[in-house]
Amino acid sequence: MTEVKNNRQVTHSPSGVGGKQEFTITVYTENQIGLLNRIAIIFTRRKINIDSLNTSPTEVESVHRFTIVINETEDVVRKLCRQIEKQVEVLKAYYNTNEELVWQEMALYKVPTDVIAEKVKVERLLHEKGARVVVLRKDFTVFETSGQREEINALTKALEPYGLIEFVRTARIAIIKDSKGFHEKLKEFEESQPPEELVENEFLNKQDEVFSM
Amino acid sequence: METLEILQEPKTAIKTENISGSEAVMRALIAEDVETIFGYPGGAIMPIYDALYDHHDKLEHILVRHEQGAIHAAQGFARTSGKTGVVFATSGPGATNLVTGLADAMIDSTPVVCITGQVFAHLLGTDAFQETDVINITTPVTKWNYQVTDATEISSALAKAFYIASSGRPGPVLIDITKNAQVQKFDFNGYQKCDHIRSYRPKPIVRKQYVEEAAKLINEAKKPFVIFGQGVILGEAEKEFKQFIEKAGIPSAWTILGLSALPTNHPLNVGMLGMHGNYGPNVLTNECDVLIAIGMRFDDRVTGRLDKYAKQAKIIHLDIDPAEIDKNVQTTIPVWGDCKETLPLLTALVEKKEHTEWLQRFKDYTKEETDIVIEKEMHPSVDEMSMAEVLDTLNELTKGDAVIVTDVGQHQMVACRYAKFNQTRSSVTSGGLGTMGFALPAAIGAKYGAPEREVIAIIGDGGFQMTIQELGTIMQFGAAVKIIILNNNFLGMVRQWQELFNSKRYSFVDIQSPDFVTIAKGYGIEGKTVNDRKNLKAALKEMLNHKSSYLLEVMVGKENNVFPMVPQGCSVAEIRLK
Repeated sequence: MTEVKNNRQVTHSPSGVGGKQEFTITVYTENQIGLLNRIAIIFTRRKINIDSLNTSPTEVESVHRFTIVINETEDVVRKLCRQIEKQVEVLKAYYNTNEELVWQEMALYKVPTDVIAEKVKVERLLHEKGARVVVLRKDFTVFETSGQREEINALTKALEPYGLIEFVRTARIAIIKDSKGFHEKLKEFEESQPPEELVENEFLNKQDEVFSM
Repeated sequence: METLEILQEPKTAIKTENISGSEAVMRALIAEDVETIFGYPGGAIMPIYDALYDHHDKLEHILVRHEQGAIHAAQGFARTSGKTGVVFATSGPGATNLVTGLADAMIDSTPVVCITGQVFAHLLGTDAFQETDVINITTPVTKWNYQVTDATEISSALAKAFYIASSGRPGPVLIDITKNAQVQKFDFNGYQKCDHIRSYRPKPIVRKQYVEEAAKLINEAKKPFVIFGQGVILGEAEKEFKQFIEKAGIPSAWTILGLSALPTNHPLNVGMLGMHGNYGPNVLTNECDVLIAIGMRFDDRVTGRLDKYAKQAKIIHLDIDPAEIDKNVQTTIPVWGDCKETLPLLTALVEKKEHTEWLQRFKDYTKEETDIVIEKEMHPSVDEMSMAEVLDTLNELTKGDAVIVTDVGQHQMVACRYAKFNQTRSSVTSGGLGTMGFALPAAIGAKYGAPEREVIAIIGDGGFQMTIQELGTIMQFGAAVKIIILNNNFLGMVRQWQELFNSKRYSFVDIQSPDFVTIAKGYGIEGKTVNDRKNLKAALKEMLNHKSSYLLEVMVGKENNVFPMVPQGCSVAEIRLK
């Protein structure tokens, strides 16, 4: 169940309170040296493993975006987000379950060209998975594919018997389905005294839970 | 014509000057009303010290004996004055020696700005002499840190530093300035203070709806209980706090850092929370129906076992830091915001009440604690003196007007339990980090922060030896700090635990001390040792009447324990009186 108010995603874990599951944390930040470390140590201090981490620019110039995937309980993830948001150069931190996201990873595969040429099966396999040739040389070919973790894992496994020379996969990048982007949000941050209705308070979304006693 | 004049005015106001980065540091400090700096020079910060040479009429520099002393002094200064403490240290070891103090200031929310020198920018990463990666070392223990490699950044970095350190939930900030930036000349356009950073919201907006819900709960409560922390002091909301509890008639207990926000003799002050706190506040935490936490963070030393903490109560949490809400204890109603703003809103909505019967419960527990613990502590039947009777005699003489700075251990718990206070910002201690060696340098800083007040450092024989070198700072600069060493010839707190939980296997807690009075004499500080209670009062009087610094060593019972005690892993209701 997802409720959206004031552009904030609040997720109620479908598996109930307490269960660990995959969460994607999206952090909007200033572009500042040292911030990666400041964010990373929030996880390492609590001995939480980061499954995947990506940093990139956003649609807003000067604002950066971290996409962090961890496997934890919602309670832990919520606390982590609060700690992240507390950092001076962090604008906003959101967390979402996989259902609330459109997400992709990209992978590159280096395969001997002669194998590709000889074994039609490989070509068909790549075609089916939507892989694209990036480089074609006499000795090797580099394919690229993007998809979710399971799809990429499946292709990697399928290619192994055909002399897969090298394989590399990127971190997850994700778009929050309900997000309206960061342009509007940033305007709020640039106001020194934001109007009250613009300020978020995630408890507003949880009124029933907060006040039912 | 008028327009022309208006256009001309800023031109004359903003006069460009060609100055060095180090000079820009001085201009920043003067603009931020800094008057006292605690520091220690070294190679990489020499240009800044050179610039300081021209400004020592406005900027008083206290040369400490170790950088840890500098930052603890800055913390003490901040705690008594309410201003931001400032520290200078050099690169490498100078900067790493600050780490304990940074961690202490971080966990106890103390505003401190540290300026460290760094090697030339072109040498960064080359393992140059006295080069350390200070930014990365201090990241987990600073609210913010930044490395300046170009002089043009100095003014804005320091403006941000002072703003971040003192606003919202305060904390330590470190600015690392490479030597080339210190010597670099640039066109200085004046110093602008910082009052807004777009990614930083020091104060959450107050939601009236939550204040209303909180007031409703309080008005319905039969057994409301207020627990408060340093947030009341940091928010300068002592008056607002008092008005709130007085109108609502709610018994109030304090965390160790909230001490002195409410006068000791206030009828609603029911004592100290936590492991060595008072009996009533601990037991009744698990009996109240509404628990109102104000500017405190539910530290484990306060809550004991969390799954048995105030489970029956509805919890209202007032805090400026959203990350504290629900961190340790699930809140029923969160009231985000500066308590100076939220408390008056709450006071306006609560009904005037007197919870006489409920307050009586606290008094009953106080009586029981007095009979079983306090009376014996204050008036021991044995020859050995107790720490509590020293505090009791001291209260009698200071009448609760002194600033008490404590170190860490048994003496700290006893001092906080028994010291009496009339005014706020009177107790300085290392609460969150528990830093032994904190008290002596912090007391020096506390004296600079409140020069008109009597500052008394109460320290154990162990902790005193950790930063004993700061006696040299007192000698040179004359801070009239009174030092009481409560000497039990043991690392008493660990010994107490070893007695209670490790069947008296006293493992390395037997500590030998030098002749403290002779050491003090070596530093030109007068002192005395008291062994007998009949001389105690006179000795304390002599110490207090002494114009300059004075050291009084009081020999106390070797194997005295601090009670009550909530053993680790127990609920607050399982507090032991013996």
